[in-house]
Amino acid sequence: MKMSRLAAAFVATMIAAGPSLADTLHFPSLSYRTGPFAAGGIPFADGYSDYLTLINERDGGIGGVPIRQSECETAYNTERGVECYQSIRGDNPLVLQPLSTGITYQLIPRTIEDGIPMHTMGYGRTSALNGEVFNWTFNYPANYWDGASVIINYLLDENGGSLDGKKIVLLYHNSAYGREPIPTLTRLAERHGYELLTIGVDSPGQEQGSQWLQIRRERPDYVVMWGWGVMNPTAIQEASNIRFPMENFIGVWWSGSQQDVLPVGAGAHGYKALAMHGTGTDYPIYADMQRYVIDTGKYAGTGEEVGTVLYSRGMYAAMLAVEAAKKAQEIHGVAAITPAMMRDGMANLEITEELMAELGLPNFGPAFSVACQNHGGSGAAMIQQWDANAREWNLITDWIMPDRELIMEMAMEDSLAFAAENNMTPACLN
Amino acid sequence: MLYREAGDFKTSYVADSQTFPIKFDRYGYYFLLGFAFLVMPLIINDYWANSIVVPFLIYTIAALGLNILIGYCGQLSLGTGAFMAVGAYASYKLMTGFPALNIVFVIILAGFVTAAVGVLFGLPSLRIKGFYLAVATLAAQFFLIWLFTRQAWFYNYSPTGMISAPQREVFGGAVTGPRASAVAMYMICLCFLVSLAWLARNLTRGTLGRQWMAIRDMDIAAEIIGVNPLMAKVTAFAVSSVFVGIAGALLFTVYLGAAEAGEAFGIDKSFLVLFMVIIGGLGSIFGAFAGAAFLIVGPVLLKLLLVNTLGWPTDLAAHLEIMIVGALIIVFLILEPHGIAALWRTIKEKLRLWPFPY
Repeated sequence: MKMSRLAAAFVATMIAAGPSLADTLHFPSLSYRTGPFAAGGIPFADGYSDYLTLINERDGGIGGVPIRQSECETAYNTERGVECYQSIRGDNPLVLQPLSTGITYQLIPRTIEDGIPMHTMGYGRTSALNGEVFNWTFNYPANYWDGASVIINYLLDENGGSLDGKKIVLLYHNSAYGREPIPTLTRLAERHGYELLTIGVDSPGQEQGSQWLQIRRERPDYVVMWGWGVMNPTAIQEASNIRFPMENFIGVWWSGSQQDVLPVGAGAHGYKALAMHGTGTDYPIYADMQRYVIDTGKYAGTGEEVGTVLYSRGMYAAMLAVEAAKKAQEIHGVAAITPAMMRDGMANLEITEELMAELGLPNFGPAFSVACQNHGGSGAAMIQQWDANAREWNLITDWIMPDRELIMEMAMEDSLAFAAENNMTPACLN
Repeated sequence: MLYREAGDFKTSYVADSQTFPIKFDRYGYYFLLGFAFLVMPLIINDYWANSIVVPFLIYTIAALGLNILIGYCGQLSLGTGAFMAVGAYASYKLMTGFPALNIVFVIILAGFVTAAVGVLFGLPSLRIKGFYLAVATLAAQFFLIWLFTRQAWFYNYSPTGMISAPQREVFGGAVTGPRASAVAMYMICLCFLVSLAWLARNLTRGTLGRQWMAIRDMDIAAEIIGVNPLMAKVTAFAVSSVFVGIAGALLFTVYLGAAEAGEAFGIDKSFLVLFMVIIGGLGSIFGAFAGAAFLIVGPVLLKLLLVNTLGWPTDLAAHLEIMIVGALIIVFLILEPHGIAALWRTIKEKLRLWPFPY
């Protein structure tokens, strides 16, 4: 009896979930607020949602069409990610942002087939740079290979232009995410003459004793980290335990937020990480955010994450999505855009410094433009350093450009191999 | 009333020893098969096929395989996830190495490759038993995952270490890759499941199955009455691994499309399948189906109910889902330690007498 009632409820669910409201813009969020990576997933999801709420509350949506948000919990698990994708793909999702390289790899072929744009900001498949093959996948403003190259360029700068004879360890999360920078660092090692040592940490990354023993034995000049979730504070703690000089320890942008360094306390002082955007609440937009979202209690989650690094990243991702939607409305002259129109908006997106200032985020992110041949923006990033006494991240460099020529060359190889594997003819869509 | 056994006479040994000796069960089974093969493909939508039915079919195959090993032969194994990974990586290497080979044969061959690996890791079972064997298979779990994440040959030297399934057709319709239709994916998984379940049922009630059960119940006694423990245990590992390997190959090629050993086939997968077998019922074919339904379909339906119908926050729903499934597991194990299959047996006994119990 109970089962049949339950079944009836599910049938009702499936019927109710079927038709979508045509007069809204659907921005789904594949978030992870549970599981071993929730510490990173929660602030990103909150920032993403809060910005979209702000646009709804302040501007009444995009071009007069209200935004409809939906959230699906993936727990950073690819199987659940696929389930989430299946549940939203029929509901006109304008852009997917899975915040997981593993899920991205799974969804790339499916989104190409279904014609749904996907934006993987600072993660995902780097060779999606080549928009002739990956028509529906975007990774502006920066990707992993950019990040690796920016770190090497920064180190070159520090060492007077030469890394000859230096030893660099890459400590990586042993997953598709962590392995992504290896080809770039290997290629750059050939060019700049440093010795690269790759050490993997199995997910989730709480066990790093043997890895740091090895690092201690090898005595590298620098340690570069591609970590996520609990792996980050553990690595910083281990580095502090073996008294590794923190200023020689550099993380990617996914290893540089408050929750990565705060648990280590004073030991984390001087740790560096990449920054692909600004952080903190010193931007004009937060006045509106306070007024329309936070004071009215419409914020996502607990509201404690406002202004943190990953919250800012979620907000940045939402901002770029909204700007792309505006661009799409402008190109097609229609307010209620479809996923295909959204793709055109993303493919022709142009972010200028004036636009950023107008949006209340001056100097927050780089100015860049997207084109079919380059879905990756500029690739520039800054270096930030943790001050454990003031408990804040300080930007210590200006925007550093990556070695885009090499990256483009590698992206071409990889994307053309993908195209050949899948019998695709590279071509621009518009 | 439901079970009318009056007049249901068996006049031959064959009729007496068939799988469903009761007429009502037998017709129910025929109806279910007809429904699964003829009606489901017409009514199933993409979401149901992709997120609920296909994973259920695939995990049922894995649970059937582990049930043969644990439920019928009594050999504890915690290496299911790794053996599924062997199936997945074998199918990947076969698909990319021999592009002309039909996907059905690729999956079957992947099962046989897994059988070879399973036998290798099953050999210690001749010397060690119970929990010690569980630890030995746990070693297989960690070793094989290490092998697949660190040895670049297994993932064709791809820079990220992920394997992805190219498109393959059966009778002209794509069953793997993004172009595969939901119905095609459903049908290939269903065909594999039905034939493997039929195989499992007939193996377990034949000579081999009786040998396994003899070993499970008391290995010394079994040896005295003439059961060769080497053959019994090794065949159990081999047959179980074929099933698990095919499940892994289907999970990777048909369902996931891209996978990574550490993430998709970790230790949690071993436990998931083990729980299916325990909750469903050790030593029961129906138990494998029930266990997989409980642990695969249950959470998704719960999510649909909490998030889509009631509109609760996703994180709350995800936490509640873990708690509810966990609580149900404990409740089941307390109320019916022999699993859902035993529960069903009790219900059936009652139904046969209903409404006039004595």
